[in-house]
Amino acid sequence: MTRTRGSVDPTGDAMPRRDDRPTTLPRFTRAETWVHRLTAAIVGVLFATGAILYDEQLSLLFGRRVIVEGTHIVAGLLLPFPTLVGLWLSPQLRADVNVMSRFASSDWQWLRRRDRRRARLPVGKFNAGQKLAAAVMVGAGLVLFGTGLLLIAPARINLPVNVRQGATITHDLFTFGLLVLLAGHLWLALRHPEAREALRSGNVDRRYAEREHAAWAKEQMAGRYDR
Amino acid sequence: MTTSGLDPARPVGRRVVLGLLGLGAASVAAGPWISRGLGTLAGSLSAHDPTGLSALIPGAGWRYYTVTNSFPYHSPASYRLAVSGNVDRELSLTTTDLRALPRTRLTADFQCVTGWRVPNVHWEGVRLSELLDKAGVQPGQSDVQFVSYDGTYTESLTMDQARRSDVLVVDTLDKKPIGRAHGGPVRLLVAPMYGYKSCKWLSEIRVVDRLIPGYWEQYGYDQNAWVGRSNGRRDAPT
Repeated sequence: MTRTRGSVDPTGDAMPRRDDRPTTLPRFTRAETWVHRLTAAIVGVLFATGAILYDEQLSLLFGRRVIVEGTHIVAGLLLPFPTLVGLWLSPQLRADVNVMSRFASSDWQWLRRRDRRRARLPVGKFNAGQKLAAAVMVGAGLVLFGTGLLLIAPARINLPVNVRQGATITHDLFTFGLLVLLAGHLWLALRHPEAREALRSGNVDRRYAEREHAAWAKEQMAGRYDR
Repeated sequence: MTTSGLDPARPVGRRVVLGLLGLGAASVAAGPWISRGLGTLAGSLSAHDPTGLSALIPGAGWRYYTVTNSFPYHSPASYRLAVSGNVDRELSLTTTDLRALPRTRLTADFQCVTGWRVPNVHWEGVRLSELLDKAGVQPGQSDVQFVSYDGTYTESLTMDQARRSDVLVVDTLDKKPIGRAHGGPVRLLVAPMYGYKSCKWLSEIRVVDRLIPGYWEQYGYDQNAWVGRSNGRRDAPT
């Protein structure tokens, strides 16, 4: 779009600039939406197959343990690849990861204040809750990946049984922790259709962005009109 | 891209990730203690838990293993237990036959070599020595082999171990018929040894004159799998 500030014609009809504003702002690239989609699918497969392997009733219901176990292992080994390929191909994903891993002072305020959603804090592209959740998901994902590797170590490596036991209990505990976090993740997704739409199309409703990510929306608008 | 980057931003995300990695590593290292703690917790919870949800606590309760593709199944009606090999009389026992023999009850913790332990499990069945005597062991037989009807799993004990009073052929677990995932309708219980000795889905007891290593023994697990004194572990004896 080549529109500049000058396009607001002072001699023309008194069209308020407000009405010129776009209805959506570009938020995610194609690469990012696909990384999210593929990772979500893999995590879904991991939870489903993991539940079958863990629970007696589900085990008996499904049987076919070799297939279920094999699917769990293959899905687990694939888990990092969408993100790694995304990081390799998409500069914007790299930039977003960088933004997500850094906390500004407004992030601490966001965490501290109970009225965080009404306080009109200068929230950037991601709010502090999203940043924390992302970091915990990455950390828990890495722990699950690592302990998973220990659990599939071939018997002839002769892993000490204590390590196997530690890997088992750690894999279980982090799974339960991640389950709670992902339940919250889905709950918030359910309550924020605009955010879901942003992950589908890559574009976010402008007014939603101005409400939830004020500083980022302002920056995007400035990028459009002020330069 | 700078997003409200007016103040110096700290890499909190990276620290959270590294912190979780540290926590994960510590948890792997402390696995035996954590499992024991959770097991005790779940054990005391399950006594007051009609929902059975406490069985979902990791580190608590049973885990289900099978070395084949599925959980094998025999109904109590179609089930037969063979006692064979170098014996005077080969036996083929139904579940009713087993019920008619002198019964033994035993309560013990069940300890798996991978670390989990189920406290105070009630078993009921027939002493293995009872079956061996009934079949009549021929002279010079040093070992007993156990075969699972899953078609793959086997186990073995020396004759002295097999004749211990805490080695049973069981059909009752916590006062209920043994379910399919637990190795029912009939399984072996070697109470003083790690769980892998207690062959599930037991189909055949073979009296032999030499040691035939079982399924896990071929992968390096100890033949004499005493709880707390084998496989490099120091669990409390069961």
